[in-house]
Amino acid sequence: MIGAAAQVVLIGVGSPFLVGLMRQVRARLEGRAGAGIAQPMRDLRKLLRKEPIAPHGTGWPFRAAPLVLAATALVVAAVGPFATTDSPLDPAADLFAVTALLALGTVALALGGLDTGTAFGGMGASREMTVMALVEPTILLAAFALSIRVGSTNLGQIAASVAEDPLSVISPVSLLAAVALIIVTMAETGRIPVDNPSTHLELTMIHEAMVLEYAGPDLALIEWASAMRLTVLLGLFAGLFTPWGITLALPLALAVFAVKVAVLGALLAAAEVFMAKLRLFRVPELLAGSFLLALLAVAASFFLERA
Amino acid sequence: MNLWKKIRKTGRVAEPAPPRPEGEPPEPRLAGSVQIRHVDAGSCNGCELEIASVFGPVHDAERYGARLVASPRHADALLVTGPVTRNMESALRRTYEAVPEPKVVIALGDCARNCGVFADAYGVAGAVGDVVPVDVEVPGCPPRPEDITKALRGLTGR
Repeated sequence: MIGAAAQVVLIGVGSPFLVGLMRQVRARLEGRAGAGIAQPMRDLRKLLRKEPIAPHGTGWPFRAAPLVLAATALVVAAVGPFATTDSPLDPAADLFAVTALLALGTVALALGGLDTGTAFGGMGASREMTVMALVEPTILLAAFALSIRVGSTNLGQIAASVAEDPLSVISPVSLLAAVALIIVTMAETGRIPVDNPSTHLELTMIHEAMVLEYAGPDLALIEWASAMRLTVLLGLFAGLFTPWGITLALPLALAVFAVKVAVLGALLAAAEVFMAKLRLFRVPELLAGSFLLALLAVAASFFLERA
Repeated sequence: MNLWKKIRKTGRVAEPAPPRPEGEPPEPRLAGSVQIRHVDAGSCNGCELEIASVFGPVHDAERYGARLVASPRHADALLVTGPVTRNMESALRRTYEAVPEPKVVIALGDCARNCGVFADAYGVAGAVGDVVPVDVEVPGCPPRPEDITKALRGLTGR
């Protein structure tokens, strides 16, 4: 119980700093000075002081979307196997439930984007749905491949079993699933090569196009929730493939989790510097490729690890 | 790997930060973070080149908490360049109305301040100050990137 609460607090407070760290890594590699890792926190503080605006003609989907997005991210932060595996919401720590929660947040935001009735809102929503239709099955299959060995789809049990036997990670199943999960993490969090989080060109946007009409506290909620989703997905990756430290005492486990996610985030940001954004019509090919890897992981686990 | 070598060889290209400009920011609620929406109200694109340079690696205005954004709803400041042409007059006014409070307007360049060389031209509706209230002015044709950076730092207070 305390573990789950500590996870939520750490992810809630730490996720803006993770985004700041990733921006700082990118800035340094580009020869810039960078705004410092606390900049997203300053942005959030400033946005909370601003006036909320709901455009004319928008209804409840527009107003509810930021709340649903943040709420689903918080629930996933509470149940995921990040620093502890004994969640009080044990049935919700199921891999299908976590994937469905992430999808619920995405769909809510897409509806909010559609509700504005602007051209870019609808365009962003339709693109996000295209990406999501390929991302969600991949997350499911990749985590499912790992669950076959354990015989349970509970994320906590998968992480606990890998923590008991760390060498079990070194298998073709884990490798295929890891590559697939890395690709979908980049797609789901709207990063290069699928989407560019710092773009100003509406025609190339996916995630940003949906949130163009949000202002003030609503925008702060969305940015915070997006940062939490990024943290949660990186944390899920860390929990499934490198769950070292998850069995330690809680404060130590939290520290190990923070370090792991920071390292993963820095690596992701550094990798982005070396990549260009893919053309939108090439994105489904990339995601279909990651889906294929996840499918191969399931097939491999069937042949190699049938208990 | 070639890119990695290039990154190692180039190192940091950002200029060392000059001392912080004097004076209080006009809007203290925006301290530390100012999101900027750029509006070209009829500029010759000279000012745009300098803006691109301000947010490039050398001057790197992002380190002071200023950032260009894609939507006036996300913005705290409007960065307006050029004299306001008749076609852009209502667009500029509506963009200003779309920005949530508190907001500031920066008139960038001589054209934005007093129409510059385009004064009394038939297609020009007036300077930026004739259409929306202006809080900060940056003189120059085009203004130097150092001056633009200084004006932005005056807003963020960093």
